[in-house]
Amino acid sequence: MPIDKWVTSAAAAVAGVGDGATVLISGFGGAGFANVLIRALREAGPKGLTLVVNSATHPYSLTHELIEDGLVAKVIVSAARGRGKEPSAFETLWIEGKIELECLPQGTFAERIRAGGAGIPAFYTPVGFGTDLAAGKEVRRFGDRDCVLEQAITGDVALIRADTADRFGNLTFRHAQANFGPAMATAAKLAVAEVRETVDEPIAPERVQLSGVYVDRILAVGDAR
Amino acid sequence: MSAPKPLNREQMAWRAAQDLPDGGLVNLGLGIPVLAADYLPAGRAVTFQSENGVIGVGPLAAAEAADPDLVDAGSRRITLSRGATIVDSAASFAMIRGGHIDVTILGAFEVAENGDLANWDMRLAGKGPLVGGAMDLAVGAKAVWVIMEHNTRSGGSRLLTRCTLPLTAVACVKRVFTDIAVVDVTPAGFVVREILDGMTAEELRARTEAKLTIAPDCRPLRAP
Repeated sequence: MPIDKWVTSAAAAVAGVGDGATVLISGFGGAGFANVLIRALREAGPKGLTLVVNSATHPYSLTHELIEDGLVAKVIVSAARGRGKEPSAFETLWIEGKIELECLPQGTFAERIRAGGAGIPAFYTPVGFGTDLAAGKEVRRFGDRDCVLEQAITGDVALIRADTADRFGNLTFRHAQANFGPAMATAAKLAVAEVRETVDEPIAPERVQLSGVYVDRILAVGDAR
Repeated sequence: MSAPKPLNREQMAWRAAQDLPDGGLVNLGLGIPVLAADYLPAGRAVTFQSENGVIGVGPLAAAEAADPDLVDAGSRRITLSRGATIVDSAASFAMIRGGHIDVTILGAFEVAENGDLANWDMRLAGKGPLVGGAMDLAVGAKAVWVIMEHNTRSGGSRLLTRCTLPLTAVACVKRVFTDIAVVDVTPAGFVVREILDGMTAEELRARTEAKLTIAPDCRPLRAP
């Protein structure tokens, strides 16, 4: 049977994400947020999720809607501070002790996900040594540098955003849209990409920015974001 | 005679920009540091990296040309400079940790005389944490510079013997640009390179908790 990863509805794109799943969500600064897929996941309504997402509070991401709906048990992030005077949805639940938080340096966050998709169970990094974020983590000295042991992150599903996709799931990204997406797709059992446009002809091999072998489902969403 | 006027935000950014190396790869932090890109001396070629993967950040985009997919680490809609490239976040932080960034200029709350940096957590009650790429930059860049006001709003010193706020990284800061001084962090502690034009060393010391050594060739700090 020829490979065809295109799906025709947002519900089909996120089908099968169960209670307690670890969900990796891409996006940074307004570029690459998989907001159509996030909204579909919210409608599907699985509970007790762990979200691996750079920010739990970014105003352009719909991540906060999953949190507001009480679907999220834990977040792994590099940022979780609301911008307004009033506490964000995340901060409200966090202060009440209703949501667990793991905060990481952003590069460690990215590398733990990359490692997860690359078969590296853990690695040492100098980042975070001597800070509150390394509390309780194993430290080892290499040469003149103290380093912190960080473990790989893997997940059940990755929700990412790209620009174009062919039927093989090969992806291209616009500008700064890639951010955490490629690493997240490699680290999740199921990778779903919403794209601006699907293209019938296979994307030229040297133009592919993420190989379709890492991508399971493609949903064309046009300019919706 | 009235007290000399401290540098404003733009002047502090201007002063730091004068020291950026020609041909360098530079990451500018949020707040005052990103302003430094506007004040490079003529003819100095600097490539600006942003931790979301943009290598070759240009000026901010005009409103009508702004593209939501083209942003910097501060979520600002930007343009690209000639020869720019864009990589994903894992590759961008590999570049940062790997020692490929010549200089990062960061904002800060406190710097200690051994170079310890506190710039991410003010321990605000009820606010979630926000570390972003600060720790990665502070550890990974070849040189870490700081732009910050010399004193807190209540008059406390930001140059300290030991930091009081949670650390971003240990022993990483090399140079500090404040509104009244330029200070290097050396194995012997803080060495003052420039003092605000019209201010005396005694006046500077009175506003600083940490011990200051005045460099023999210390100059007046001036900015246009």
